[in-house]
Amino acid sequence: MAISVFSRLREGLTRSTQKLSEGLGALGRRRLDDAALDELEDALISADLGTEVARRVIDSFRRSRFGREVTDEEVRQALAEEIAAILEPVARPLVLDPAHKPHVVLVVGVNGTGKTTTIGKLAQNFRDAGKRVVLVAGDTFRAAAVEQLQIWGERVGAPVIAGGPNADAAGLAFNALTRAKTEAADVLLIDTAGRLHNKSVLMDELRKIVRVLRKQDETAPHSVLLVLDATTGQNALQQVRVFKEMVDVTGLVVTKLDGSARGGIVVALAETFELPVHAVGVGEKVGDLRPFDAGDFAQGLVGM
Amino acid sequence: MFEALSDKLTGVFDRLRGRGALSEADVTEALREVRLALLDADVALPVVRDFIGKVRERAVGAEVLASVTPGQQVVKIVNDVMIEALGGEGAVPLNLNAPAPIPILLVGLQGSGKTTTAGKLALRLHERQRRRVLLASLDTQRPAAQLQLAQLAEQAQVPSLPIVAGQTPVQIAERAMEAGRREGYDVVILDTAGRLAIDEALMEEVRQVRAATSPVETLLVVDAMTGQDAVNTARAFNDAVGVTGIVMTRMDGDARGGAALSMRAITGAPIKLIGTGEKQDALDDFHPERVTGRILGQGDIVGLVERAAETIDQEEAEKLASKMMRGKFDLEDYASQLKQIGKMGSLSGILGMLPGVGKIKAQIEEANLDTAILKRQAAIISSMTPKERRAPEIIKASRKKRIAAGSGTSVQEVNKLLKQFDDMTTMMKRMSKLGQKGLMRQGLSALMPKGMVPNQRRPF
Repeated sequence: MAISVFSRLREGLTRSTQKLSEGLGALGRRRLDDAALDELEDALISADLGTEVARRVIDSFRRSRFGREVTDEEVRQALAEEIAAILEPVARPLVLDPAHKPHVVLVVGVNGTGKTTTIGKLAQNFRDAGKRVVLVAGDTFRAAAVEQLQIWGERVGAPVIAGGPNADAAGLAFNALTRAKTEAADVLLIDTAGRLHNKSVLMDELRKIVRVLRKQDETAPHSVLLVLDATTGQNALQQVRVFKEMVDVTGLVVTKLDGSARGGIVVALAETFELPVHAVGVGEKVGDLRPFDAGDFAQGLVGM
Repeated sequence: MFEALSDKLTGVFDRLRGRGALSEADVTEALREVRLALLDADVALPVVRDFIGKVRERAVGAEVLASVTPGQQVVKIVNDVMIEALGGEGAVPLNLNAPAPIPILLVGLQGSGKTTTAGKLALRLHERQRRRVLLASLDTQRPAAQLQLAQLAEQAQVPSLPIVAGQTPVQIAERAMEAGRREGYDVVILDTAGRLAIDEALMEEVRQVRAATSPVETLLVVDAMTGQDAVNTARAFNDAVGVTGIVMTRMDGDARGGAALSMRAITGAPIKLIGTGEKQDALDDFHPERVTGRILGQGDIVGLVERAAETIDQEEAEKLASKMMRGKFDLEDYASQLKQIGKMGSLSGILGMLPGVGKIKAQIEEANLDTAILKRQAAIISSMTPKERRAPEIIKASRKKRIAAGSGTSVQEVNKLLKQFDDMTTMMKRMSKLGQKGLMRQGLSALMPKGMVPNQRRPF
């Protein structure tokens, strides 16, 4: 099995395109008809684009190319372009505003999406750019979450502010902001406990963190990052909707793109919410956080 | 966001009312909706195809129960097939039939909830089954993962294997089994690092752990929110280590959980446990029959259909319907209808089975409207003379007093019933003008105060 990003989807698409190419003869061409488009639609659904988005992409594809004689390569290239066009507007990096000292970044998401790991990687990126970074171990609920962030802090050379077990995350964030100000930090990265978006009590806790931060700095948090697992299916839409409503999410980080071969949900998210996708996680190492590139992502999705 | 499947199917089948059996063409149209519902619930495409094939086989030619719509009949078949596909009714317990110490290996992707599950499982085996459990973390990848399990073990008051820095997962596993034998543990739970299906090095490592410990249970821990990739994960782990059971985590979220169907279909292994909350005791048995409605995005319509089929006297219902259509529905008939509904259990129970009525159910519970009201109304009607029942308009002040006294209610309640009956007959006249929509659909809502019932068609 090929080990590469999106190899799965590639296989899926290869299967479709193999079927596509049945009867093509030596030329490797076939008319792009309804059956062929249905197969492409299935391939997109298998990549988690969702039934509606897959249909729209294919419909638009149909209008421009129906009935043409095409090769596999042309189909994929065109499909990638179609998808890249949807993703292009959301491919925007996380930019720190130097007017804020510190620029406060609140990191949120459901359990197990990779918030702490993402913070570690982000911290490294900012450190590499010569920024002063302070981390806040705001996940006071999960066992050893504080220690996990502390290890990241040591790795990247950033101080970690932590409270006792089951400390109040909002109070901790408030104190951390005070300290980061006095230390003239450039960026304050606040980790939070993972929470399911349908637990209103836990979502209220998150709002409290925002509220408390604003007592010190009305503009804080300057960025609210929702960390999303690329293997998530259609529920990601609901996750983004609720988190956005509750804490004004400003951007997404999509994690675990290194092997899942999926992440098609990002296309659906881009269409629905138009939230920037700042970065993608492609591994467990500190350097494995990459800028989100619409073209690359789209090509990976269609197996190029 | 998603329309309930049954609503869509009802639309598809609206024109088919009254037919005896489902034709191939009808079924094909319905299955298109089923396919979309399953895909929206994140059931993997190849699994959906298989599933649809099975449903088609069973649905074509199936007799439609007279009391339900053909759409609901298809939903029922879909449900039946899904319960089977999920392993049939009832929970499958963990296999603990092996000489102690019994190794249980937990595997899965990063962030699926293995460590949390390990802690919960230890607590469950310890508390519910009185087993001596040892927890051991083989996760040398994620920072502080071993510490996390140690802390969870402490919370559960279950021992954990002391952490020795620098050991490989295989070494830790061997040490855990050795400690298990030496110290007389019943079960040793081995938590592993999250790994990607395509990470050959880590998959090889977990193969070695398996070879070194021969686990009795190898549980694949899967997030209920997983999308289409579930099928790849399931296949990769099953091929590498032979999965004996599945644990679906975060079932307390609002994902439809189609991954359960994919996982079961690909591995053939039963779903044994589900994670239902952040507390350590939130690990429950998996009952296939309870999640089918969730995957299909609807309430327990099957239960409703089944209960209706069992309890509603078909002939009686038809008699009522025809009376209603002719505008000859009187309080006698109303009482008979009340009796039938009373047979089906409490209103809130019935409403709970209907898709998309959670809110209304809550309102009803607040208003404390339940079968008690139905009973009281039946009592009022039985305190009337036959003449009064046939011609309620003759009931004036003194008759009302007598009826209230006879039924142990008040004049207000008698008034309320009469008013309701009046509203109902008005509505029925309107309905019969609208055509053959029928008593069976309107009966329940006609019983309710206005505004309490969704503006949706219901079977009763």
